[in-house]
Amino acid sequence: MSGPGKTAVTGIGQTAYTKESGRTVMSLCAEASAKAIADSGLERGQIDGLISFTMDTNSDMDLQASLGLPMVRFTAKAPFGGEGAYATFQLAAAAIESGQANNVLIFRAFNERSEARFGQPNYGPQGAPRDLHRSLGLVTPGQVYAMWHKPFLDARGLTNEDLGHLVVQMRAWAANNPAAWFYGRPITLEDHQRSRWIVDPVLRLYDFCQETDGGVAFIVSRLDTARALSQNGGSPLVRVLGVQQAWPLGESMMYNYYKSNLVFPEDTVHVANALWEQTGLSPAEIDVSTIYDNFSSSIPISYEGYGLCKPGEVRDAILAGEFGPGGSTPVNTNGGLIGEAYLHGLNNAAECVRQMRGTSPNQIEGAKVALCAGRQCGMVLARE
Amino acid sequence: MQAKRDQDFFWEGIDRGVLLAQKCDGCGQLRHPPQPGCAKCGSDQWSETVLSGEGTILAFIESVHPTRRDEESRCVCLVELPEGLRMISSLLDPENAGNGAAVKFEIAEHNGQLLPLVRTVGESQ
Ligand SMILES: [Zn+2]
Repeated sequence: MSGPGKTAVTGIGQTAYTKESGRTVMSLCAEASAKAIADSGLERGQIDGLISFTMDTNSDMDLQASLGLPMVRFTAKAPFGGEGAYATFQLAAAAIESGQANNVLIFRAFNERSEARFGQPNYGPQGAPRDLHRSLGLVTPGQVYAMWHKPFLDARGLTNEDLGHLVVQMRAWAANNPAAWFYGRPITLEDHQRSRWIVDPVLRLYDFCQETDGGVAFIVSRLDTARALSQNGGSPLVRVLGVQQAWPLGESMMYNYYKSNLVFPEDTVHVANALWEQTGLSPAEIDVSTIYDNFSSSIPISYEGYGLCKPGEVRDAILAGEFGPGGSTPVNTNGGLIGEAYLHGLNNAAECVRQMRGTSPNQIEGAKVALCAGRQCGMVLARE
Repeated sequence: MQAKRDQDFFWEGIDRGVLLAQKCDGCGQLRHPPQPGCAKCGSDQWSETVLSGEGTILAFIESVHPTRRDEESRCVCLVELPEGLRMISSLLDPENAGNGAAVKFEIAEHNGQLLPLVRTVGESQ
């Protein structure tokens, strides 16, 4: 993609983040979507595109019916899981910049705690054939990720206690965010180290993201539309200055232990370089970030991959408290997926929008540029 | 008829007592995990090749089954093979687990299934 993006986030919406919604996934999806449309100031009739994940179970047509959208002209699904979450904004930009849609609704909703839990062991049906991961003992995402994160952690001298320092900083943000599951519940390093091992010696209970029932939605619009909304009393203009994906051959979304260099986050480095080229910015110009944190160990890998520190310096940054309140590179000011909720990464994008609007409960004073970081995709938002 | 999986030849090898990988007929590149085509040259023609069964541990974790708490935990390891491939296995002698430890594959039964497991060799024994 050449040159800065020509779209903007005009609306955000979210449901309550709970452990047991007691409602259908579609009702969560429709609530978040309706709130995003209302937040944008657009009429329902102006929404003409629908984008979600391949993993999302909500039907585009059911959502259209629930929202009363008179005409949808563009639909698309971003592949892979949460570390590809921000690819949805790239699809929205592709649709809008090529004139195939004007205002796109991005949505993601699930009952990920009360119904289909990602962390449950997937042995397949009774009598399922042997396979290369599960049959040998990797039965949950935590185990799979711990296996390929371990060589990076070892190379950077990062222990589980070091990850504990990082989680304490995430939970400090969450403690001040009323929407967060862990609102009002900060932890100490001792609390973290007392939480039980889930994957010894990499991840304890508090290193894991939440399991959440809920929905989150966005409206992405043409820049001229967004500017007009903003000038007519709407929210500040939040531009999608850059959004990129990168899938180098040999990297894998889930089973990433076959890639040639287990310490170098090649996919993330490609995303980051493409973002800096597209936006003309550098890591030093990022005021606030969210980093996809399905596990605490994901954060240092991406932090280094996006150049927020020099290779090898991530442990020092963690121990110095640079990620938390008062830190020089604030990360996951909503509390992240660990502290706020697990909406498959998109609640972290919503926090970036709030930071650019100046409405985060943990507002970074004067923040003008936000990085919304995933492993294989990323986005730069800018307040105009 | 049930469709054959790309990895079925690997498990048929395990049942015969051999550790197999795919070798590309076009360029000779070995590959694992099994794929229908060669990432190096694109050929979809391949043959089975028997691996040495040697390896080195790159990383290991303790795997506790999240819902079957009475099951014994397993020491799962990432093994680098001298052929330039990697495989997931679990260690028959977890007390000797260590990064860099040399291991040898043993085809053995676990929970009623024949699996490619590993045991450390050399000084640690
Ligand atoms: Zn080949």
